[in-house]
Amino acid sequence: MSDTVAVEVSNVYKVFGKKQREVVKRLQAGASRGELTALGTAAVIDASFEVKKGEIFVVMGLSGSGKSTLIRMLNGLLEPTAGNVTVYGSPVSGVPSKQLREVRRTKISMVFQHFALLPHRTVLDNAAYGLEVQGVSLDERRKRAQDVVDRVGLSGWEDKLPGELSGGMQQRVGLARALASDTDVLLMDEAFSALDPLIRREMQEQLVELQQELGKTIIFITHDLNEAMFLGDRIAVMRDGRIVQVGTPDEILTDPANDYVAQFVQDVDRARVLTAAGVMEPARAVVSGSAGPRAALRTMRDMQTSAAFVVGNGRKLLGVVHDRDVLKHVKAGNRDLMTIVRNDPATVGPDQYLVDLFEPAAESHLPVAVVDERGRLLGAIPRVTLLAALANVPTTTGENQVIETPATVAVEVITQTLRETAGMTDEVDTKTRVHSDDVEAVREGSFN
Amino acid sequence: MDIRIPLGQWVEDFVDVLTDVAQPFFDVLRAIFLGAHDLINLVFQSPPFWVIILAVAALGFLARGWKLALGVLVGFTLILAVDQWENAMDTLSLVLVASIIAVIISVPLGILGARFDNASRILKPILDFLQTMPALVYLIPALILFRVGVVPGIVATIVFALAPGVRLTELGIRGVDKEVVEAGHAFGSSPFRILRQIQLPLAMPSIMAGVNQVIMLSLSMVVIAGMVGAGGLGGDVVASLNRLDIGLGFEAGLSVVILAIVLDRLTASLGTRKPRVKKADAVPSVNAEASVSQKDEQLVAASAS
Repeated sequence: MSDTVAVEVSNVYKVFGKKQREVVKRLQAGASRGELTALGTAAVIDASFEVKKGEIFVVMGLSGSGKSTLIRMLNGLLEPTAGNVTVYGSPVSGVPSKQLREVRRTKISMVFQHFALLPHRTVLDNAAYGLEVQGVSLDERRKRAQDVVDRVGLSGWEDKLPGELSGGMQQRVGLARALASDTDVLLMDEAFSALDPLIRREMQEQLVELQQELGKTIIFITHDLNEAMFLGDRIAVMRDGRIVQVGTPDEILTDPANDYVAQFVQDVDRARVLTAAGVMEPARAVVSGSAGPRAALRTMRDMQTSAAFVVGNGRKLLGVVHDRDVLKHVKAGNRDLMTIVRNDPATVGPDQYLVDLFEPAAESHLPVAVVDERGRLLGAIPRVTLLAALANVPTTTGENQVIETPATVAVEVITQTLRETAGMTDEVDTKTRVHSDDVEAVREGSFN
Repeated sequence: MDIRIPLGQWVEDFVDVLTDVAQPFFDVLRAIFLGAHDLINLVFQSPPFWVIILAVAALGFLARGWKLALGVLVGFTLILAVDQWENAMDTLSLVLVASIIAVIISVPLGILGARFDNASRILKPILDFLQTMPALVYLIPALILFRVGVVPGIVATIVFALAPGVRLTELGIRGVDKEVVEAGHAFGSSPFRILRQIQLPLAMPSIMAGVNQVIMLSLSMVVIAGMVGAGGLGGDVVASLNRLDIGLGFEAGLSVVILAIVLDRLTASLGTRKPRVKKADAVPSVNAEASVSQKDEQLVAASAS
C-alpha cells in the first residue's frame, strides 16, 4: 500500500426520484432521509472517502444501505446527483461518455454479484472481453487472457461456455475478465455473495493472494461482516445511505463508532479477525541471554513468575528459563544462563489470527510468544488475554495478576539465594545493564 | 346528428394528397415490392415441385428432425394432390417478401423502443392501432396507392404483421440480464458494441419468436390480400366464397393451414436451435484461432434474415 490516492470520493449524493436537486439541498441543510421520501429516495448521502493504491477497501452494509449504488458511481454506471468521484485524478462524474469509457477501459474494472458473463462466449473469450473492448489484437488478448485464466486456476476450461461451469468457477471467470483488462482498480460488487460458504472462503483467500501478488486496488462491497473483516485493509460501514464509520477491522471491532456498528460487529467471529499483534501484551518476564542466572532469578522474583523469556542480541527470542532450573544453577555457582535455556516456547507470527493461537496456547504452560519474521520477540499472549480478546473484555488497561504462570518457588527462597550468592555476580550484573535497554523495550512492547 | 367530426373525410383527403404528391414514390415502392415478390416466386416456381418438397423437407430435418421432414413430405404432397401447388408457391412468395420486409422494419424499431423510453411510449399506441384495426381497412388506401395486384396485398400484410416483431424485439432486449449489460458498460464498451455483442445475441430467442409471429400473421393475411387480386391461395378462397364452392374453399384453406404449420415449426426452432449451433461452433473456432466475435456477427446476421 502506498500513499497514492487511487479513488477519491468527495461529498457524493445519489438521489432517485423527480426532485433530486431539492432532496440534496434539504439533506445538506440537515433534513433526514425519512422526511424526504415524498420528493425522492436518497440512496447515498454525503459519502466521502479515499482509497489508497494497493488497498483492499471494503464497503459493508445491509441491503438497502446504498452500497451497490455507491460502487456504481465509482465507475460512472450511475451519475452522482452531487459530489465528485475521481480515479487516479480522472473525473468520473459529469464527464462526456467517451471520456468515461476511456477511464473504464484503462483504470477501473468490475466483478459482478451474479457474474454477468456473456453466456454465448467461451471462458477464454469472456476473460478477454475487456481487452477486446480496449482494441487489443486477437492473438495478444487470447494470450493475456490465457495467463489470467491460468492464474485464477481455470486452466483446461478455456473452451467451455459459462453455463457449463459451477458458480465458483464462473466467478473466477468474472475475476479473470477484470484482471485481464489490466486496470489498477477493481470494483467487486458482492462478488462472492452468490457462492457457497466453502467456495466463498476459498475465493476470499485467493483474492487476498492475488492482491498481494498483483498489488491491485480493490473496492469490495459486501453485506457479510466476516468477509469484510477478512478482506479489508479498511472498512466503511454504511447505513441508510450514510457512511457511519471508516476504519481498520480492528478499529471497527474494538472501537465501534455507534450502537449500530457495535450491534453489527457483535456477531463477528473475532477469532478470525483479530490478530496476534492486535491482542498481544508486552512480555513482562524477559531477561537477556548474556545476563547471568542471578539477573534472571531476580526478574522472575519481581514478576512473580516461574519462567522468563530469554532474548539475545537484537531482542531475538532464544528460549525460556524456569525458576527451579535457575535456582539450582545459581546455587551450583554457574554463571552462564544459556546452558539452561529451554528452546521450547510456543511462538506465533504477529499477523496470525487468534483462531490459530488456541493450539499453541493449549499446549504450552507459558504465554505464547509473538515473534516477527526475524525471530524478534514482540510480545506475549497469555491464555487469559486470548479469552478476554474473544469476549471483548479490555485487557490492555491495568495489571492482570493471573496472566503469567505463577511462581513455583517461594519468593523468600529466591531472595535468600540471591543474597547468599551476591559476591560472585557483580561482573554479570554489569552485562545485564548493557542490555537493559533492549529488555525494557520489549517490556513496553514499543516496537513492531 | 348535429355534431359530426368528418374524420373519415380528413383521412380520405390525406390519402388523396398523398396520391397527388407522392405517387412517384409509391410507384418506386411498388416496383421494389413487385420485383422482390417475382424474384422469390421465380425461385419457388421454376424448379420441379419435387425439388422444392425435398428442399423444404431437408430444412425441416435440419431444424427439427425426421418428424418435421416427414410432415413436410406428406403436407406438400397433399397440396400438390389437390392442385394448389402453384397457388401455394405464390402465397409462400408473398408471405416471405412481406415477412422479410416486416422484420427489417420491426427489429430496428424494437431496438429503438428498448433503448429510449420515449420511443417506446410513442410506438406502443401505434402498434396497438396497427394490430387491432380491421385488416380489411388497410386494403383500401393500399389499393389506391399501389393499384390492384400483389403489392397492396404485401403492403397490407406488412402493416398488419409488424407489431409482434417490434414488441418481441423490445421485450427481448429489455429482458437481457441488466448486470450483463452493466458489465459491458463497466469495461468501457460503446452502446453499439453492447447492442451487437450482448443485447442482440441474448435477446435472440425472443426476437426469433417475434419473427415467427410475423410470419404467422402474414399467412393469416393472405386470404384478405386475395381480395385485392394478390392471387395465390387467397385468390382461390375468395373465388370459392363468391361461387359458394365448398370443395375449392376447403382445398385452398387446407393448403394455407399446411403452409402455416410448416412455416411455424421451421421458424419456431430458430430461437431454440441457436445455442446448440453456437456450442458446436465455439470449440473448433478456438482451435482454428478464428474470431468468435466475428462468428457471432455472422450468426446474428444470418438469423436476422
